[in-house]
Amino acid sequence: MGSGKTGRFFSYAFLTLSIVPILVGYTWLVIATVSTRTRGLLPINAEGGIGGLTLGNWSFVFESAIWSAMLNSLLIAVAMVIGVGIASTSGGYALSRFKFPGRKGFLTGTLVLHAFKAEMLLIAIFFVLRWLGEIPLIGPYIGFNSVGGVALVMVALELPLGIWLMKGFFDNISWDMERAAMIDGAGRFRVWWQIMLPQVRPGIAALALFTFIAGWNAYLVPFTFTIGTKVANMPVYLNQLISDTAPVNWNQVAAVGLFQMIPLIIFFIFTQELLLNIYAGGSKGT
Amino acid sequence: MTEKQLSATEQLMEQEADSLARAAIGAPKQPRSSLGRRVRSTVSAYGFLLPAIALVITFFIIPGILLIILSFTNLSSANFTEPWEFIGFANFERLFTDPFFPKILRNTVFYVFTTLIFFNLGLALVLALVTTNIPRRRGFFFRLVWLLPRLTPSVVYILMWKRIGSADPFGIYNQFMPEVLGASGGNLFLGGAPWAFVILTNGFVGASFGMIIFTSALMSIPEDLITAAKVDGASTWRIIRDIKLPLIKWPLLFIATYQTLSLLTSFEYILLLTEGGPGLFTTEVWALTAYKRAFSSYFGNSQWAFGATWAIVLVAVALVMAVLYVKIFKFNELVEEPRIENL
Repeated sequence: MGSGKTGRFFSYAFLTLSIVPILVGYTWLVIATVSTRTRGLLPINAEGGIGGLTLGNWSFVFESAIWSAMLNSLLIAVAMVIGVGIASTSGGYALSRFKFPGRKGFLTGTLVLHAFKAEMLLIAIFFVLRWLGEIPLIGPYIGFNSVGGVALVMVALELPLGIWLMKGFFDNISWDMERAAMIDGAGRFRVWWQIMLPQVRPGIAALALFTFIAGWNAYLVPFTFTIGTKVANMPVYLNQLISDTAPVNWNQVAAVGLFQMIPLIIFFIFTQELLLNIYAGGSKGT
Repeated sequence: MTEKQLSATEQLMEQEADSLARAAIGAPKQPRSSLGRRVRSTVSAYGFLLPAIALVITFFIIPGILLIILSFTNLSSANFTEPWEFIGFANFERLFTDPFFPKILRNTVFYVFTTLIFFNLGLALVLALVTTNIPRRRGFFFRLVWLLPRLTPSVVYILMWKRIGSADPFGIYNQFMPEVLGASGGNLFLGGAPWAFVILTNGFVGASFGMIIFTSALMSIPEDLITAAKVDGASTWRIIRDIKLPLIKWPLLFIATYQTLSLLTSFEYILLLTEGGPGLFTTEVWALTAYKRAFSSYFGNSQWAFGATWAIVLVAVALVMAVLYVKIFKFNELVEEPRIENL
């Protein structure tokens, strides 16, 4: 980067070059979904020439396996939005507005857990989930090898971030209205529900978007804590297709991959500014 | 969890109904002692925190303790029906005398610092500097494209890289790049250049976080400062070195520590791309070893206890780093007392 025209030229050249691998990856994904075969980035027909476009790769939409995987993905994502939403908005409110013994410990704990990466606890969580599965009645829905169990673990893992984010949003709200309501005799729960939550709506939306994407994309936790196809979510289902012992049909795999990116593409088009902001969420407070 | 949550909610609603009822009959508010108010406030605070506390205990505290206990047993899928047998420090001895221990340690250090320096820190900084130096909309566009890898499901993302590095005639790199740049015709991520692919896949996701943080830090530098330096005839390089970099010192340190920890404990992309291969432990890092020992049925046997031993070492490192990092960045100063209680 110098100044002036050469600087500009090098800036754009560098940036364009830097995104080439990303663009190449997506270009292949899109082309492959409508080709019988690809060589490099080119669609190839049976004779080896360029061509051979087809919609046959998309025939998986008529199979029930993909819809059950999609339903599981959706369940995990929605459960995460609700679970992280409730626990973070209530917990964040308590940490932002209450003075109570242990507050400092909770805040420091939240920050430490936020920085701490929980993937290393998966081995032990495996046992916790198996024990949860032994609980009568609800066990099968929240234990090992259940969509509910996967969702619970995912909610817990995103929680430190959620609480910290929501606390930040509550901190930025003036407490005048809240104080007025409390002087009028409103209880804490009503203040939270009727006065505070509407004011942090942008924060809730950001958190919901973030957790939905995290839930929708989840691979490691569902892969570790589920067996077989019945409880597989989309990423796990896709990985089963790739690691099949039979020769992999890469073009169909690409189509399934693009299919599971549909909600993400929609978010990407309509919530660009928000996305860039929420992925900086980890830095709150620096 | 839902039951506990409900009871907390009910409790709070009862409190509220109580105060509403008193308001309805026009009863004067009972003057409460400061102690009574503090007790009440503490009870409500814990009520609001109940869902979070339940989840943290179940999925952080208990697993943390369990991991320590596990590392002193010999629990595996072969003997999990029997009572747990404690074997002292045998797992730790086995870990440190493992013939592949030096290799895994070297791999981990190499992977963490190469990815950190070249991508999560280096490329992130360059991207932030360059995209804030061109018109706003265009800079935004490039940052948005850079966010794509982070948004993409890991399985799909790795699928793309696998196709980029596949063997001829399918591999994209082999198809379009001259042989001098390493296009051997063979599979690159499981043959020619496994480390390059492991670092690229992680780096392309990792760089965007730093890029976003540095961008907002750079954008908050007062324009006057830069203009004044330009008037004085400072070159772009000097403006970066003497003005911009010193002003974003804290974000730089933040990303460096935060991402070191992230990289140290992350293994999802490596698991999907090479599974630690090709061959024996070529790209296997510490976190992946822990996971594979516990879940990938080595020799037809899931060695949970031995996996836990690998994991507990990382957990200890991660915990110490997390505490240090909270201290270094003086997060405690953000933890001011809330004012709402002083009505």
